[in-house]
Amino acid sequence: MHEWALAEGVIQTASGIAEEQGLEKITEIVVRIGELQQIEHDILQFALEQLRTPLMTDAKFTLETVPGKLKCRICGEEWTFNPKGVGEEESEAIHFIPEVAHVYISCPSCDSPDFQILEGRGVLLASITGVKPDD
Amino acid sequence: MIDPRPGLISRRLEGVDEIIAVSSGKGGVGKSIVASTLALHLAEKGHSVGLLDLDFTSPATHVILGIDGLFPEEEYGILPPVAHGIKYMSITFFALDKPAPLRGADVSDAIIELLAITRWGDLDRLVIDLPPGLGDATLDVIRFVEGIRFLVVTTPSKVAYETVRKQLTLLKRLRVPVIGVVENMARKPSDYVSLNVENDGALYLGAIGYDEGLEESIGDEARLKETKFYAEASKLYSTIN
Repeated sequence: MHEWALAEGVIQTASGIAEEQGLEKITEIVVRIGELQQIEHDILQFALEQLRTPLMTDAKFTLETVPGKLKCRICGEEWTFNPKGVGEEESEAIHFIPEVAHVYISCPSCDSPDFQILEGRGVLLASITGVKPDD
Repeated sequence: MIDPRPGLISRRLEGVDEIIAVSSGKGGVGKSIVASTLALHLAEKGHSVGLLDLDFTSPATHVILGIDGLFPEEEYGILPPVAHGIKYMSITFFALDKPAPLRGADVSDAIIELLAITRWGDLDRLVIDLPPGLGDATLDVIRFVEGIRFLVVTTPSKVAYETVRKQLTLLKRLRVPVIGVVENMARKPSDYVSLNVENDGALYLGAIGYDEGLEESIGDEARLKETKFYAEASKLYSTIN
């Protein structure tokens, strides 16, 4: 499950930030999930829960969905990625490497595969909230 | 907003003893055939080997090695399938035989994703086939892959070597170790490349002669190993420490 690998990245990055900021505990981790990558929220949530470190024992993991916004570099058309418009095999490929969207998706207006992923590509750590020893 | 993937890369590569990037300033000099045969040679010598094709817009190692019908297994990331005794990863698994028109930022994102999610496990050597030039893929592996060493490929052509010289200069400036320079497709004895490599402060590893029969062996690993190219290349690869 690909989600586990990404959850590992979130936990590792959050731990690094907590250490840098001198947090003694993390209370919330907010993760933004781009729809283009078609992450299974339940699996990511479960993986985060399983991988949580002692520093984040009571932390809440909040997952926010970000629509995949695309913009054609040729005609300027902007549109939102619709997972239902893509076949199963293509979806799986985009799930692993979102950039292969350029292989399977094209601009609805001019059919060009030369588009920009404005937002909603994959998994990003949006924020962490915690407590410092002197708080 | 922080990208959680780059921090994973060193963890994914921690079981790999040595990482060799096969690279050139110029396209068409035989990087992919060198990367593919280097991986075959190392596997033949009993090493555990991985081959990662990072030439996203023009992947070729799967064509050279005849890799078809495989797909990575998904398990806490993705596990590279094994072909000819080599753990293999390429964008071709995801793009199939279709064109992948990727701009620089997309190339970087795809490289980070692939490096962050591929679980190589324990390997003696990981060979990376890079696209030509000093673009995103080259800069990204230098940035993200700790301890990487470069094996540079050129041809006897001045056009090719002038691009290689720039590459050697950049690698030196960035303090990236260069294993040496391989001269491919040599048609007649010449010291042009060897003298230039020496002047540019790198190690000249030797020449591989132009092999008329090589094209017919493409896609067939057994035939590839019987070519004059493979015999000469293997001799040269044996000198790499």
